[in-house]
Amino acid sequence: MTFRKYLVLAGVTVFGAAGDSVLSHGMKQVGNISIHDLPSLIFAVMNPYVMAGILLLLTFIVLNMTALSWADLTYVLPATSMGYVLLALSARFILHEQVSLMRWLGIVLISGGVGFIAGSPALTSPAHQDEKSPLLAAKDAARNGALEDPAHAEEAVSSGVEP
Amino acid sequence: MRHAYIWGGILTIAFFSVVGDVLLARAMKQVGDVHALLRSAGLWTVVGRVASNPNIFMGVAAMTVAFFTLLFALSWGDLSLVAPAAASLTFIGNAFAAKIFLHEKVDRRRWIAAILVAGGVALLAG
Repeated sequence: MTFRKYLVLAGVTVFGAAGDSVLSHGMKQVGNISIHDLPSLIFAVMNPYVMAGILLLLTFIVLNMTALSWADLTYVLPATSMGYVLLALSARFILHEQVSLMRWLGIVLISGGVGFIAGSPALTSPAHQDEKSPLLAAKDAARNGALEDPAHAEEAVSSGVEP
Repeated sequence: MRHAYIWGGILTIAFFSVVGDVLLARAMKQVGDVHALLRSAGLWTVVGRVASNPNIFMGVAAMTVAFFTLLFALSWGDLSLVAPAAASLTFIGNAFAAKIFLHEKVDRRRWIAAILVAGGVALLAG
């Protein structure tokens, strides 16, 4: 795990929590939307908070997919669940809402869960080499210097066979 | 009868959330390490690989079903029951599904993490 990868996980946590709360704030400003009045949904998107919330959640999705490209699902989900804790802490210290004892206990449990996986390897699933195209696999092998003879490398690439 | 509807809705939300998560995780493993790909092949290669992967679209479709089921379930039951129950079941379901379908090594440490987070989410959102 590099520093950049930890930053991506932090980004998933922060953008997810911020997107949820900004979107929720925007939808409260917009008010109730009836299922029989769907065009009002378009006006809801015009609300700056709703728009900002959607942009934050789109960033969350991109970062989450990036994290899933190099880490296990069972690593990414608990690691990014601190977003729930962030929401509760922002409710307590920014919005000055009361946070019950049960919610503090929830914060402790989630933090404990994150602590459990913090030191474990991010990726345990086998790489999907079998699903990679033969051409790409040969190119990767050539790039990694696995082939000493450039002519052989070109031949392997063109035939799509991994040496 | 109302309870059956609510819990049926909760189980449906959790099921489709797990299916969506697993399909997205599988798709991104097939795409490859995005950081390495960005360095070696550039942004458009990454975008092309993501856009041409059918698992991405099936994953998004499953998550859309989960979202609309949540909307229906919220009309039958309270938010304080439906949201935490569905989120907790999704965490536990993901651990099983990742072990079976993604062949991840879900050791004792990861099981404990999944159970702690599922319990914590239930308490926070409840």
